[in-house]
Amino acid sequence: MVNLIAQTACFGLLPKTIGTVSLTEVDAGPVTLIAPHKGQQKTVSAALKTAIGLGFPAPNRSVGTSPRVLWCGKEQALLIGAECPDLAEAACVDHSDAWAIVQINGADASAVLARLTPIDLRASEFKRGHTARTLINHMTGGITRLGAQSFEVMVMRSMAGTLVHDLTQAAENIAARAELSG
Amino acid sequence: MRLPCPICGDRDRREFYYQGHAGMLDRPARDADPQAWNNYLHFRENPAGETRDLWHHEAGCGAWIVVTRNTVTHEVSGSVLAEKST
Repeated sequence: MVNLIAQTACFGLLPKTIGTVSLTEVDAGPVTLIAPHKGQQKTVSAALKTAIGLGFPAPNRSVGTSPRVLWCGKEQALLIGAECPDLAEAACVDHSDAWAIVQINGADASAVLARLTPIDLRASEFKRGHTARTLINHMTGGITRLGAQSFEVMVMRSMAGTLVHDLTQAAENIAARAELSG
Repeated sequence: MRLPCPICGDRDRREFYYQGHAGMLDRPARDADPQAWNNYLHFRENPAGETRDLWHHEAGCGAWIVVTRNTVTHEVSGSVLAEKST
């Protein structure tokens, strides 16, 4: 049998530090998309709560840290960092290795993301534990706030290279401007 | 331009795909007469005032929504999920 070597989505591209911002890839471990059947969200939420201690998140929210459940669309959520329990009332699809997830940390993290996404990233509007499905430059993806200067950006794995390129370019532009005015 | 998504709140227009008048939701019965189907497929109102449009929040939550807007003032006055619109 051929022994294949597993590579993460951003292998060879990250980590990077540009100006005040650092980009690091997140190895999410097992990821499962959970889509409760019509009208079954409460049942699924209760089953999840029993199995992993976390319920189904409200729209635009994430719950838990490790494992965690991240809302990712109408009546859909991603269970990240734990094997999916048996949920009879939901469609569960394995998304492990399907996402490229990049953490962006640093003083200018929100300034960098503001160049790429149309959503309001101010701390008063987009708080820790908030998540959004939105545009990241030309790609659809998700943005989650992890802390005051820390965000997580995710797109489908096939767009990992573009995501790193776009984040790098935005961060370089911000750093260049800071250098000019500094 | 921002559109109110019932799930995500106010979002940039770039996140949405425009489908057309919300009349597309009122599909005639399979055995409806050809005139009804003709009207459904080809005839659209062109109101000066309030109209309802179907938008898809494709770069967001993925919901189909019905947005009410005014063609005279360009005011967007609200939106509901297409599955809940009557």
